[in-house]
Amino acid sequence: MSVRQGMLALLASEPMHAYQLRQQFEQRTGGTWPLNMGQVSTTLDRLVRDGLVEQVPSSDPAAYRLTADGRAELAHWWSTPVVRSAPQRDELSIKLALAVTAPGVDVREIVQAQRTETMRALTDLTRLKADLPAQVESADDLAWSLVLDNLVFSAEAEVRWLDHVEVRVARAALRPATPSSAPSPVDTRADVTR
Amino acid sequence: MSPRAVGPVLLSARGVTRVHGEGPSAVRALDGVDLDVRLGELVAVMGASGSGKSTLLNIVGGLDVPTSGTITLAGEELSGLDARARARLRRRSVGYVFQDFNLIPALTAAENVSLPRELDGVGGRAARGEARAALREVGIEDLADRFPDEMSGGQRQRVAIARALVGPRRLVLADEPTGALDSTTGEDVMRVLRARIDAGAAGLLVTHEPRFAAWADRTVFLRDGVVVDGTGRRAEPESLLTGTR
Repeated sequence: MSVRQGMLALLASEPMHAYQLRQQFEQRTGGTWPLNMGQVSTTLDRLVRDGLVEQVPSSDPAAYRLTADGRAELAHWWSTPVVRSAPQRDELSIKLALAVTAPGVDVREIVQAQRTETMRALTDLTRLKADLPAQVESADDLAWSLVLDNLVFSAEAEVRWLDHVEVRVARAALRPATPSSAPSPVDTRADVTR
Repeated sequence: MSPRAVGPVLLSARGVTRVHGEGPSAVRALDGVDLDVRLGELVAVMGASGSGKSTLLNIVGGLDVPTSGTITLAGEELSGLDARARARLRRRSVGYVFQDFNLIPALTAAENVSLPRELDGVGGRAARGEARAALREVGIEDLADRFPDEMSGGQRQRVAIARALVGPRRLVLADEPTGALDSTTGEDVMRVLRARIDAGAAGLLVTHEPRFAAWADRTVFLRDGVVVDGTGRRAEPESLLTGTR
């Protein structure tokens, strides 16, 4: 998670103390990624060490601002897409990948239990969204609603993927098993013709 | 989110089964479905094509009759009524919202909304007043004199929601109401539907889009005509996102 770049972005608007940075970071990302002061201090120390941030002279408590290198680093972050090529290890993908080849596991039940759970999470997120006005007025509300939307779309994608998995597994179960194949992992009595 | 008052059961399905055809080729479109929808509650039904969700909606709305089981609507059991009484109860209690809006193109928004009330036997003047009020509830009173083809998809669907809940109607049956709308407009329509239900109605929503089903209080999943799972009633606030405001 880009706490480092996030802090550069915050310091670009004005110099801040460590506690302000922490508070602003949380506020402007809707409180979805809370930071502790230790993370903030450590990150600030590294940014100073790397010459991207400097202390405002004779500020007490210490306030920090961007250096020219810091501004360049931030500009680079804004202009570079977030790399998606290395997927994070995802417990659900691993679970399903193992389930389809494991004997005696009912993949349909795993899919349904997960769909219910993800749908429940999606419903909770939607309630938080419903608390915001349809036309958000403040920049903070806009930031928060965009973060929520991101979580909403991710949850939706997971439900759609689970629907897809269910259909794929049902189709695979219809194919006659070859003698060398493992025992069928799914309930082959499933009526998928309707 | 502010707590929502959930009222008495408005719609109740018990052991609802619908079989098409006979003998070995018979298909059980629904098989022993139990479902309650309370006043103030929106319930989403999800399931793959052929899972029975449309059949359920048709039976609940009195457009189809179960092979066995009962539907109770506003305290009256549908199967205990003759066809005429059933039609009357359906007309006065239930409104529909469809994917393709189903507005009458030659009538204005206000006329589309007042039509069901005129069919109820309410005088034209009173019906028009109720239609205006219903359009105000969905935020488009200023479009009352527009024809459907002068409105956007989202506006047309708001008219349909107003029509579904005009007068004494308290149950809205929505069949893929966001299917013809883009993502943001679909969300606006769900917000309006949600607000109308919170204000004192009940809804059954059939959709294949998880993001719109999430506007419901809960989702039930149908598979091969059977309710296989559901998200349950509302979560307690403390189980929502931790660390958020």
